[in-house]
Amino acid sequence: MTKSELGRGAAFLLGVRALLPMHLGVVPFGIIYGVVAMQSGIPPLAAVLMSSIVFAGSAQFLLAQLVGAGAPGLLMIGAVGLVNLRHVLYSASVAPMLRGLPRRWKVLLAYLLTDEAYAAAIPHLMSGAAHGHWILFGAGFALWAGWQAATIVGVALGAHLPADLSFDFALPLTFIAIVVPLLVDRRRIAVAVLAATLAVLLEAWPYKLGLFFAALGALVLAAMLTPRSEP
Amino acid sequence: MSLAMVMLACGLITFAIRLSFIAMEGRYRPPGWFVPLLPFVPIAALTALVAPDLLLVKGHLSLGAGNPRFWAGLIAIVVAAWRGNILLTIGCGFAALWLLRLAV
Repeated sequence: MTKSELGRGAAFLLGVRALLPMHLGVVPFGIIYGVVAMQSGIPPLAAVLMSSIVFAGSAQFLLAQLVGAGAPGLLMIGAVGLVNLRHVLYSASVAPMLRGLPRRWKVLLAYLLTDEAYAAAIPHLMSGAAHGHWILFGAGFALWAGWQAATIVGVALGAHLPADLSFDFALPLTFIAIVVPLLVDRRRIAVAVLAATLAVLLEAWPYKLGLFFAALGALVLAAMLTPRSEP
Repeated sequence: MSLAMVMLACGLITFAIRLSFIAMEGRYRPPGWFVPLLPFVPIAALTALVAPDLLLVKGHLSLGAGNPRFWAGLIAIVVAAWRGNILLTIGCGFAALWLLRLAV
């Protein structure tokens, strides 16, 4: 069966399957978030709801710590905005592929647009797979469900952290498996090398801003290396 | 400000960031230099996300025996380039990480 013949259900499952390996890293992360939220004195219901209202791993960690430290509300809101700023790049990247979808789809997929769902779906979206929005929905939903379940487990565990088997390493490994096949020419390799170098140099910047500016810097290099005539 | 208000505001700001370009699509024309860069976004953003995990230990560059994640990541990169298989890449990366932990 070719990709263009893929039905909606099959596209959804393709997205789910592309995301599943990341659960190895996401679930322990979600459990630790639940534990940290409890230790910060956030009520259990609020800690669980935060995973569906904010739905952003690193931002929720930061938020839990800031609540624990008694930070002012505006500072917490600003910090979460800055940590999640990088998602604007994902939004720009998928926007042309979601053109023409009904508004309810755009709202749903924007809500589900995390690092993991984006990474899982983008190779399929770029190859022009049919029902690409169902692939992104499958990946986004799978991550959402795993994150909610992990949060509940973490909140229930309270103070007992699970053993550290370095399962968080599943996330960088999956991202490597997704990015490396995209590095098909010298230009793309140069962009990756610059993104890695800048990310390491700017790592100490607060609120993950170094990550955002490293990606932007690498895109500037991509612009300089791209001939104007090329579409 | 109550915790509920902070949570709602954080949820709204996160959603607005993710919706931004998706909502503007079709209503606004991005500048001409911007569109050819979109295919590079996954490479730039995801590489920036991963690199510090592999190259830094407690905020310092570490490319020696004290950083098994760097070597396991290198092996994963080689496997991904060679086969392009996601599960194989993850399997080899974890095997390398755990073996290196035992060896060092």
